[in-house]
Amino acid sequence: MDDFIAARSQMALSLGFHIIFSCIGMIMPFFMAVAHYKWLKSGNIVYKNVTRAWSRGVAIFFATGAVSGTVLSFELGLLWPEFMKHAGPIFGMPFSLEGTAFFIEAIALGFYLYGWDRFNKWFHWFTGVIVGVSGLASGILVVAANAWMNSPAGFDYVNGQYLNIDPIAAMFNDAWFSQALHMILAALTATGFAVAGVHALMILKRKNVLFHTKAFRIAAVFACAGAILQPLSGDISAKDVAKRQPVKLAAMEAHFKTEEKAALILGGIPDEQRDTVHYALKIPGALSFLAHGDFKTSVTGLDAFPREVRPPVAITHYAFQVMVGLGMILLLIAIFYFFMLWRKRKWLERRWLLKLFTAAIPLGFIAVEAGWTVTEVGRQPWIIYGIMRTRDAVTPMPGIVYSFYIFTAVYFSLSIIVILLLYRQVKMVGKLYDVTG
Amino acid sequence: MNFVMLYVVMAYLWASILLYVLMGGADFGAGILEFLSTRKSKDQTRRVMYRAIGPIWEANHMWLIIAIVILFVGFPVIYATVSVYLHIPLTIMLLGIVARGTAFSFRNYDAVRDKMQTVYSKTFMYSSVITPLFLGIIAGSAVSGKIDPQATHFLDAYIFSWLGFFPVSVGIFTVTICGFLAAIFIIGETKTEAERQRFIQKAKHMSLAAIAAAGLVLVAAHQDNIPLVHWLFGNPVSVICVLLAALSLIWMWISLFRQSTQWLRIIAGAQITLLLVAITYEHYPVLINLKDTEGLSLLTHKGSDKTIRSLAVALLAGSVFILPALFYLLYSFNRQEEPVEH
Repeated sequence: MDDFIAARSQMALSLGFHIIFSCIGMIMPFFMAVAHYKWLKSGNIVYKNVTRAWSRGVAIFFATGAVSGTVLSFELGLLWPEFMKHAGPIFGMPFSLEGTAFFIEAIALGFYLYGWDRFNKWFHWFTGVIVGVSGLASGILVVAANAWMNSPAGFDYVNGQYLNIDPIAAMFNDAWFSQALHMILAALTATGFAVAGVHALMILKRKNVLFHTKAFRIAAVFACAGAILQPLSGDISAKDVAKRQPVKLAAMEAHFKTEEKAALILGGIPDEQRDTVHYALKIPGALSFLAHGDFKTSVTGLDAFPREVRPPVAITHYAFQVMVGLGMILLLIAIFYFFMLWRKRKWLERRWLLKLFTAAIPLGFIAVEAGWTVTEVGRQPWIIYGIMRTRDAVTPMPGIVYSFYIFTAVYFSLSIIVILLLYRQVKMVGKLYDVTG
Repeated sequence: MNFVMLYVVMAYLWASILLYVLMGGADFGAGILEFLSTRKSKDQTRRVMYRAIGPIWEANHMWLIIAIVILFVGFPVIYATVSVYLHIPLTIMLLGIVARGTAFSFRNYDAVRDKMQTVYSKTFMYSSVITPLFLGIIAGSAVSGKIDPQATHFLDAYIFSWLGFFPVSVGIFTVTICGFLAAIFIIGETKTEAERQRFIQKAKHMSLAAIAAAGLVLVAAHQDNIPLVHWLFGNPVSVICVLLAALSLIWMWISLFRQSTQWLRIIAGAQITLLLVAITYEHYPVLINLKDTEGLSLLTHKGSDKTIRSLAVALLAGSVFILPALFYLLYSFNRQEEPVEH
């Protein structure tokens, strides 16, 4: 492994872990605030227990999200100093605002976690809401910064110089909205299904059923709403990518030849040497429709770009298929669940539905990782799309391989501990909280 | 206008570094004190510390993020240079931050109390020492002029830039300062007389350790040919600051014996501030001293005017939200009253 690949792997690893920690840290406060609200309104102690249990999860994930985010803010420079030298002043605006949002989140979390029975109960609840809102804001801002790498704006690039810098224009680049919307819904869906799934599993095991049922219902509604809205945002994203980064769209779809009535390619094994896809299912015209809203319009293929600016097609295509496939599965579960709620069926007795939710625990996060792979690998070989190559941004320091090994070990052990912690939280529900039922 | 905005940004950078040293420092120090406590008193130390630092724990570390964001947005060349030549100590510091932050929250939020607590506590204590040690090393090498952009050999470029007598002694000094700040802070948070006496004792020890470490820094500066004495005594502002800091030591010792906790915090905070003023005054506007060439100046290596302007506005606007909330947080958890029941 050379230093460049090591640097990319370390960045991918750090982001890959941070994204899971921070998605949960960003979305769970909302579940917590809803349960808290229900407790304040109904006085039902079970809701208070659910709130307290979830707040421990939030604390754990906030801490891991915060430290892994700190690592990232340094890694940008440690691994990509040449990139930061030029990009920092241009796309730094969302980061400065994110600093504020994150700070507010940390303060609000201090109030919330340590504020039980100390403050007016609605003030206390409100600090929990602020944790959620500021977390969401920092998520949006960070994605806006990433979107700039896909859709550089707010400067003129003249003879290798970055002139007329406008940080505000850079923040509101063409990609920020579609990317942020897609990411927030993904976080909502993934976290919702993971949380709901854990509680579904406990219901199936008949442990503290009342507690887990209340928790399940809150998480499931969020999860299913996210899963149903996500295809719409996916469509916005696809059209946006088709316009801004046609080469990325072509790689996502393994669409090698520019053509009218372009077919949507499902599955298949892309052959990057021969510019073709084997064993794929093709739906004529569908890609033209998805990319441009019309069955006949021509869709730019990979052949329109020189080989050296094409992203790795196979990885991008597989990741995209995985993301969409899992999204569809979650959508189906969501439709089932809402149908049951609507017809007032006794869903709790439908073990198959609970089993579906249990099986879905990891799916949302796999989809998030796959989607992230599409965004990042699909942008290669560029770090700033069309402006700076990733290879030219890497640190001159040798031996990054070792740094990669160390961080791999750290992140894997962290993940194992976090999973162990969550397992113990769930196992101890009956003992920690005065649960009836 | 642009001129003013640049000063706003620099002021925030300076303030966030200071606040990280003071608040983050007290935070690190809490772990250092736990590390130095006898086995018997470790539990007590931990309990007092959790109560005193828990609520502001997450906020204390935001100052580092603010400082780093200001650097990479406003002064990207400085950020990039430091990232390249101090890659190794920065990485170790980061690992320390990760280990510490997660260990602290894991040990408080693990639902089961078992042997894992020992793992969390050990991780927490060791990383509480390592992180400020490397922070100090980074600060020491930033001013030492050992960073050499012309270096071609791996050792010269990436190892000797930070691994030297002077940076390491600054690291040790930083560790003692953190321990000292924590002890002073916690004295005011103690509930019983015995606890109070214990932390007063710790404050005295850490203060002596810090004075000894400061002596070590002077020796190291002499050995490594670093004009530290000139920085501290070469201009009237630094001289006054150093003298005031030294004089306040006497006042602090009197306060320690008289046990007036509020004054203690103010004096300790003022001492650190004075030291930072003394050392930065001489260097301004240079942030990083380089070997054989001019240092990296905040005035010449700044981002575009528009960037600095938006950064200043973002910082000012952010403060409007952050500062009142932060003060209220500190104030709320500082009141000694018992929690109200609902």
